[in-house]
Amino acid sequence: MAAIKIEARGVTMAYTDKAGRSLPVLREVTLEVQEGEFVCLLGPSGCGKSTLLNILAGFEAPEEGEMRIDGRSVTGPDPRYLTIFQNYGLFPWRSVLGNVEYGLEIQGVPASRRRATAMEYLRLVGLLPFAHHHPRQLSGGMQQRVALARALAVDPDVIFMDEPFGALDAITRIKMQEELQRIWQQKKKTIVFVTHDIDEAVYLADRVVLFTSNPGRIKTVISIPISRPRDRSSPDFAALRDQIFTAFQMKQEGEPGEPEYYI
Amino acid sequence: MQRLERIFLSMAGLAGALTLWQVLAWAGLYPRYLFPWPGDVLQCVSQQLRQGVLGEHIAVSLFRFSGGYLAAAVVAIPLGLLLGWWRRLWVAVDPLVQVLRPISPIAWLPLVTLWFGIGDLPAIVIIFMAAFYPILLGTVTAVKNVDPVYIKVAKNFGASGRHILWRVIVPAAFPYITMGLHFALGTAWVFLVAGEMMGVRSGLGFLIIDARNSMDTGLVVAGMLVIGLLGLAIDRLFGWLERLACRRWGIVEEEGSRWPR
Repeated sequence: MAAIKIEARGVTMAYTDKAGRSLPVLREVTLEVQEGEFVCLLGPSGCGKSTLLNILAGFEAPEEGEMRIDGRSVTGPDPRYLTIFQNYGLFPWRSVLGNVEYGLEIQGVPASRRRATAMEYLRLVGLLPFAHHHPRQLSGGMQQRVALARALAVDPDVIFMDEPFGALDAITRIKMQEELQRIWQQKKKTIVFVTHDIDEAVYLADRVVLFTSNPGRIKTVISIPISRPRDRSSPDFAALRDQIFTAFQMKQEGEPGEPEYYI
Repeated sequence: MQRLERIFLSMAGLAGALTLWQVLAWAGLYPRYLFPWPGDVLQCVSQQLRQGVLGEHIAVSLFRFSGGYLAAAVVAIPLGLLLGWWRRLWVAVDPLVQVLRPISPIAWLPLVTLWFGIGDLPAIVIIFMAAFYPILLGTVTAVKNVDPVYIKVAKNFGASGRHILWRVIVPAAFPYITMGLHFALGTAWVFLVAGEMMGVRSGLGFLIIDARNSMDTGLVVAGMLVIGLLGLAIDRLFGWLERLACRRWGIVEEEGSRWPR
């Protein structure tokens, strides 16, 4: 069995609203992620999955509980653990190449090596011809690929992805999932991926962590033992999707005609 | 709208206004000593040009204006970066700025002449005051509105505080800072005349006051027109530089917001 890369123990988090009330966001969340594993955090909006990601990435400190990566306590953001955001976070004043070089620049990598590495990762995400464009001139999917290249360029151990494809249209999204899967298989990074899309989670993850809200807790963890590349129309895929639907109680069992949820 | 059509329409508007002015003058609707005829103004301008004085007045006015404006930018932009970045300091300083800002630079004129005497300096200080607040507030707002995701990304890659300020905040805020600079340009230009009303014997403001003292309304209006035309030219020049910078910065101008969100 692979080594434990990330562990969260009893992570509890609450926000204080304007009236001074404490709003619980996460309660007693405990989670382990293996080295090289692809884990999806899946749940409805407001279930605290993004908050957990922010805590894992070191952008926020939990109220209670412990966060460790490689056995060391997480105290703040770290270039070894990079986050990719839904709105890409590309610097519009830099070219695509300049964006991918950014992390290397901070690490003090000499210009020529910086350029070569950036070009290599732009090739990996298929954007070499757009190196000298501005991010603004690219589509959403392409921009997210630039963000991915920028993250990969500094060779991080872990990549946190916060609904990275949430702003993309359905077809681009599927293409991006395939692309991410290909790159993950090639680079073998540990990935923690937040989504509210069940298909996306089943397609990408080794394990799907299901969250429920108010306050955010882990409901259950479902392993996806399908070999890659996965076929979205296979019976295995459908069965696992069904299992998640059931876990979220979105499938009606028992008394028909009595909805368990309201929209 | 086509460029040619645009030019034609604006020319037509100007020509219409001039014609109306001339017609009103011919109709004798107002006494000529209260407001000149178009021809009088033209004559004044050509006379000033022939004597070579108009050029001198323009040069000295531009010198004072650019001195005050650039000094304001040099002081207000770093201050704005500091205040925008350090929220607590801004909360402390904001009330003071809000009280001082509505005070017209003209209200400062008695004190300014008291402190700086006569010569170029009082005029430069008035321009400085007029340009200062728009640039300061523009910069503070620009820094406050920097998308927090840029800062998160920079921190994630291990950027230092100084790096974040100079390599992330400043470039991210830059397009909005130039908006403040552009706005301040127009505001400050308006105060050129006020700045040159006292204590100087040159400049376009002086030209107007001096002409008024000798009841030369033709020259008054000529001075006004020169100020208007120069203001327009400066505004256009800045707009052109701004577009150039924005293109360099990868911003598409047509969009409502300058940065993609």
